Amino acid sequence: MFHIFKKAAQTHLVTIGYPHAPAQISESFRGAPSFDFPSWRDARPAADACPTGAIRIEESAGRRRVTMDYGLCIYCGQCSEADGTSAVKITRNFELGVRERSELIVTAEYPLEQDGSQGKLAGLNSGHASEGETKEHLERSVHSRIQQVLGRSLAIREVDAGSCNGCEMEIGALNSPVYDLERLGIHFVASPRHADMLLVTGPVTRNMELALLKTYRATPEPKMVVAVGACGISGGIFGLNYATIGGVDAVIPVDVFIPGCPPRPHALLHGILLALGRMEQRAI
Amino acid sequence: MTQSAVHIFDQIRDLCGVALDRWHEANEAEVRADAALSDVRRMVASLIENGCRLASVFAEDRTAVTEDFLIYYVFDHPDDERFLVVRTVVPSHMPAFPSVAAEVPAVNWQEREIQDWFGLVADGHPNPRRVALHDNWPDVHPLRKDFPSDTVLPPFEGEQHVYRPTLGEGVFQIPVGPVHAGIIEPGHFNFAVAGEPILYLQLRMFYTHKGIEKRFEQLPVNRAVYLAESVSGDSSFSHGTAFCQAIERAAGIEIPVRAKRMRTVLLELERLYNHVGDIGAIVNDVGFGVANAHAMRLREYLLAVNEELTGSRLLRGIVCPGGLRHDWNDQQTQRCRESLRGFEQDFADMMQIIDSSDSTRDRLEHTGILHPEKARDLGVVGVGGRASGVDRDLRRDHPYAAYDEVLFTVPVYQEGDVLRRLRVRVDEIGQSLGIIRQILTVLEPGLHLIAVPPLPPDCVALGAVEGWRGEILHWIRTGAHGRLDRCKIKDPSLSNWPALVEAVQGNIVPDFPVINKSFNLSYSGTDR
Ligand code: SF4
Repeated sequence: MFHIFKKAAQTHLVTIGYPHAPAQISESFRGAPSFDFPSWRDARPAADACPTGAIRIEESAGRRRVTMDYGLCIYCGQCSEADGTSAVKITRNFELGVRERSELIVTAEYPLEQDGSQGKLAGLNSGHASEGETKEHLERSVHSRIQQVLGRSLAIREVDAGSCNGCEMEIGALNSPVYDLERLGIHFVASPRHADMLLVTGPVTRNMELALLKTYRATPEPKMVVAVGACGISGGIFGLNYATIGGVDAVIPVDVFIPGCPPRPHALLHGILLALGRMEQRAI
Repeated sequence: MTQSAVHIFDQIRDLCGVALDRWHEANEAEVRADAALSDVRRMVASLIENGCRLASVFAEDRTAVTEDFLIYYVFDHPDDERFLVVRTVVPSHMPAFPSVAAEVPAVNWQEREIQDWFGLVADGHPNPRRVALHDNWPDVHPLRKDFPSDTVLPPFEGEQHVYRPTLGEGVFQIPVGPVHAGIIEPGHFNFAVAGEPILYLQLRMFYTHKGIEKRFEQLPVNRAVYLAESVSGDSSFSHGTAFCQAIERAAGIEIPVRAKRMRTVLLELERLYNHVGDIGAIVNDVGFGVANAHAMRLREYLLAVNEELTGSRLLRGIVCPGGLRHDWNDQQTQRCRESLRGFEQDFADMMQIIDSSDSTRDRLEHTGILHPEKARDLGVVGVGGRASGVDRDLRRDHPYAAYDEVLFTVPVYQEGDVLRRLRVRVDEIGQSLGIIRQILTVLEPGLHLIAVPPLPPDCVALGAVEGWRGEILHWIRTGAHGRLDRCKIKDPSLSNWPALVEAVQGNIVPDFPVINKSFNLSYSGTDR
């Protein structure tokens, strides 16, 4: 007993303030890449280097269309290294959760030059929409929002539908004293029957398809589904093959998508709060 | 390599009693040989009798080249720094091979994978049911070359798996999973119990089977590294390193000294954060939440060190063929050294808290015992093996990276209970800190990466790493255009599940979580 108290007294407060205070994140953290589409001259090196095919190029009739899918991105930084110009940069951004799959996809159109490089940007379509809304939501106390919507704590059931367990590592960390999910009135429950929200990782495998569906059916209405990680969103590095059927939304409807490989605990928290926003909308 | 040790495999070859043809030393890490299909059983039996362990069995479809399939048997011997890889030919008109699973339970699932994936029959297998492709799958063999890698199968309508019935008065079954109560991976456990004690445990895995080995054949090598990192997220760096070692061997290059040392540091950091997390989870499963809170805090502290050095908390995206993608500056290494010094004291305090709890010790000691003979017979590797008298560690026995430069001991216990599996982790944390300290003292400036020449086609090579969980093997055959023709992955979990089944017998159901946690096997590593 003595050791326990002594250690408790020696250990300072370790719980972070996020989301009410800004996240403190290492300078070295490799987050999402960002693209300066107007100044980007040649997307080919980056697309060639990208391990998941998140950067895709289509060419026809002297035009090049470049698609960037943040739902496939694993934050490896290969694109920025291969590109070598300031058009592709690795940022420390991790707050990438969105409510629509399409919000993760950006497309840029260019005329093609003689040498295969890109001319002046001719069109840009970036799906990102929910950012402003999120900020506003974060500023209100999470606890009181949960109270308002549910009248009690938010119960989450985690479902691994085929992941490599990287996402489970980070989801598990939310229970540590550092992130301390319970301080926000959010907790993990043992059964889908007790859950308001399913936090699902992927890629969904053929062998887990039925179990995921049954878990979804066992969750009482109204329910939220949050797809976690590149693989939960799109199948990620595993792609589609004989054993996987892609992202979570191939099997059940998804309310929020949280990119990352795996998403760091802050990013998970950000996405869960986004889902809460959607719940609030429904409650009104 | 000690002088007397060098020729162990060569001596065994003469003792073996069967013809091991085309015997040759492939590289410093492997000896290769051929055996006739009809000799396989005798070959395996006599090698095991001579002190070898069958580490892995896997197949390869060569029908496009030779009209045959090949099956490989990878052996390891305590006194030889090389692996012995014996190859046998299975003609495609007689698609069957002799099973050795009855004698070597560690390869039970591996042989059944060969059945599922290649359609080769494991003759005489004691339980030849489907394993990786569940019972409801259609009759397909996805690792055959004529099975297109982009095949998407229609919805399944087949029968579900039927578990062996549990019969007798007062005896009943507890089915658990695949979706479990905690934040863990999916698998099905079917307990047969008589009151509290567990009579028998049936396991059903491969829920997370995602066709990784086939996927390797689709990706160029530089992208495939990311796939290797995703075999088991908690062992990203170990799997990535084993894969890169295989590639480097196939390319015939040796990575720079600095790269070897940096890899060693990162391999040990991976061990540290996982071991700390496991220690917390084990004591948490017997109700010691305070200690677990400290463990989770310390794990988080180590993940920050990881991120500082690599940009990724789980050490992803840093290892690559030829070395490491990024170098460290002095400030980074300095901070790593200081952080680990702080960790050491903090961890010692945590262990004092755990060690001063008699009730915790009481719950962990004599719980989930795996006897040394059983561990040896089952070929248990890694932490689970060392807690049960299996004195094996690839870092010492098949050195790679910079492990031949550092001094460390391999903790071994004989009791084989949960407490000893916890103690192995505690001791290894001490050793890891020592290894990192030694490396950081000698870490001189130099290249962290060299260019990898284009991979010659048709080369085979093995990469082996002692991950924090145990022995990780990656075996590759290079194909055309810098791609892979085959990549076989053997995670320690794949062969360690039978040890769990053995260890839980006779224990009470409420102790199952802590016994399971003390092995902490990777479902994704198993299922791939
Ligand atoms: S950071 Fe994302 S977009 Fe860039 S190469 Fe990696 S996976 Fe592709």
